[in-house]
Amino acid sequence: MALNSRTRSLLLLLSPASIFLGIFFLGPLIIMVIFSFLEPGLYGGVEWNFYHWNYGRILGWADGEWEEFDPVYAAIFLRSVRIAFINVIVTLLICYPTALWVNGLPSRWRTLVVFIITLPFFVSLVVRLFCWVLILRPSGFMNSILLGLGIISEPIDIIFTETAVLIGMAYVLLPFMFLPIYASVEKLDHSLVEASSDLGGGPIQTFFRITLPLTLPGVAAGAILVFIPSLGNFIVPDLLGGAKVLMIGNLVEQQFLSARNWPFGSALSVTIMLVMLTLIILYLRRLKRMEINQ
Amino acid sequence: MRQTDTIAEVKGAVKSFAAPEGGKVRALDGISLEILHGQFVTLLGPSGCGKTTLLRTISGFEELDAGEVRIAGVKMTNVPPHRRPVNTVFQNYALFPHLSVDDNVGYGLDVSGVARNERDRRVNEALDRVGLSGFGLRKPDQLSGGQRQRVALARAIINRPKLLLLDEPLSALDRNLRQTMQLELKSLQNDLGICFLFVTHDQEEALTMSDLVVILNKGQIEQTGTPEELYHQPATPFVAEFVGDGSLFTGRIENTSDRPVLKTNDGLCLPLGRDARVGETATLLLRPEHLRLAPDQNDESLGILEATLEQSVFHGAIRNYICRLSNGALLTVALDASDTAYKRITTGDQLRLAYPRNLPYLIKQSGNGT
Repeated sequence: MALNSRTRSLLLLLSPASIFLGIFFLGPLIIMVIFSFLEPGLYGGVEWNFYHWNYGRILGWADGEWEEFDPVYAAIFLRSVRIAFINVIVTLLICYPTALWVNGLPSRWRTLVVFIITLPFFVSLVVRLFCWVLILRPSGFMNSILLGLGIISEPIDIIFTETAVLIGMAYVLLPFMFLPIYASVEKLDHSLVEASSDLGGGPIQTFFRITLPLTLPGVAAGAILVFIPSLGNFIVPDLLGGAKVLMIGNLVEQQFLSARNWPFGSALSVTIMLVMLTLIILYLRRLKRMEINQ
Repeated sequence: MRQTDTIAEVKGAVKSFAAPEGGKVRALDGISLEILHGQFVTLLGPSGCGKTTLLRTISGFEELDAGEVRIAGVKMTNVPPHRRPVNTVFQNYALFPHLSVDDNVGYGLDVSGVARNERDRRVNEALDRVGLSGFGLRKPDQLSGGQRQRVALARAIINRPKLLLLDEPLSALDRNLRQTMQLELKSLQNDLGICFLFVTHDQEEALTMSDLVVILNKGQIEQTGTPEELYHQPATPFVAEFVGDGSLFTGRIENTSDRPVLKTNDGLCLPLGRDARVGETATLLLRPEHLRLAPDQNDESLGILEATLEQSVFHGAIRNYICRLSNGALLTVALDASDTAYKRITTGDQLRLAYPRNLPYLIKQSGNGT
């Protein structure tokens, strides 16, 4: 037989993992895609009839009777993309210098600082975000300190705004940007930096010609790791954005838990997934081209 | 520029590092050094002797605790590496992996904003000089070890430095390539007329290429001299042991039947030349090429040693016979491998070895390392 014993035993060995992933990872995904093409049941659940109006509501066709196209979904989606994108920029600007700084520390301090940066993970996300509510609300810590110092005369109304959502989002996803960047900064051969300096490159030239291009893979990984959860996040906008800053994640959550329209929620999720996949593929391609051009 | 112009000068250099087990380690302990125009100077020493630290204080990656570095008469204290008129060939080459060979070599010109066509001309010239024309578009990972070495060299000479620092650049190459590169480096240095300061722990490399060798040990200079001086007139036992092969015997000079001999503590008696000063403590260095099989007839000018042959090792033109002396010490004797007279010698044979009495090196023992 063409399938030799080696290949066969390899397949056999891989089968537990494949079966596990197949059932618990692919399975729900397939169910979601199927549901997105079904008719919503009256009290949640689905009716097993083919139904394309779920996508019609999002993308612009309607039967004019039960399901209506509403551009608000597209608007919410665009806002989500914008917030996620700004969050990538903000976390990048915070994490890159931090990673450089940490890398310059003596080795025993380095481990400690990396540990501290990942420490918030040990506390529940909801608890941490409530702390931010306490900090940001009109009578919160931030305002009392600023008022006390006389920097402002009126409390800043920051809670339940997009700014609050951005602050919370950046806070939550900071480690996802930091760790990949730090990994690539740490991996960077210091003698390359020295070589640049030796050849007459000042600190700024060395950074833009050597350090940054060589740590770009870490930046790319960090950007993806921050962008995706930012886009789908619903806890941060829920707690810090209130009802005003609705993101796509909230919308999906509402469809499943409040509106009990599973097919529409599924259709929203599938749409997000496809758009995100497209964006990431374009991004990776562009990155590859940049690397080749260098 | 005249031959006697000083290009680089190190005065009283001291540099300490915190040791991992606490306390401080003096990597440089009062080193002074002068490099003249057009010289090929080698820093030679075992690992940890401070040679790389010295190089790094000249390139500017380490600042001295005391003393100073001057390049072309200008004091380099607090001058950052990118403002110093020296360039370095790094031990691992440190080629920029994301840049082509062209851009690696041109890096020094790019950062200083040299015009495009001038830059291209000089890059091509440098690549040409190291024999890598036509490799400009490759990435470093598409090159062999020797080619990378050449790129590193081209990159370092393109800024026309006053002094080129080479930090064990040949250590990663295989033996044949290393020997080729040694000769190429030497002729490149002749062509360019740039001073080379070369760091190595390989004494053969040092002897092959250098005009001047500086032997470092524990942060101090043991001896500075031409390769011939170091080989034939080592100033300290450390130098004698480090440069070339040979065995050292330390003892007191005494008179035996009106001829001076070196008496070691473990009972060896090595005849010396007439000018040996009786009563002094001295070290005798016997190099493999000093020793022969003793002739049958008595010869007053020869010192004789009895030894047992332990092993013989073929080295092409010569064969090394490793012999054990009566005190247990090993002694290597190099004999012409093509001479059939030596074919009879087999392991375990008792040999009578002879060396010229007046030729061996006598080092007056005085303290450690000075």
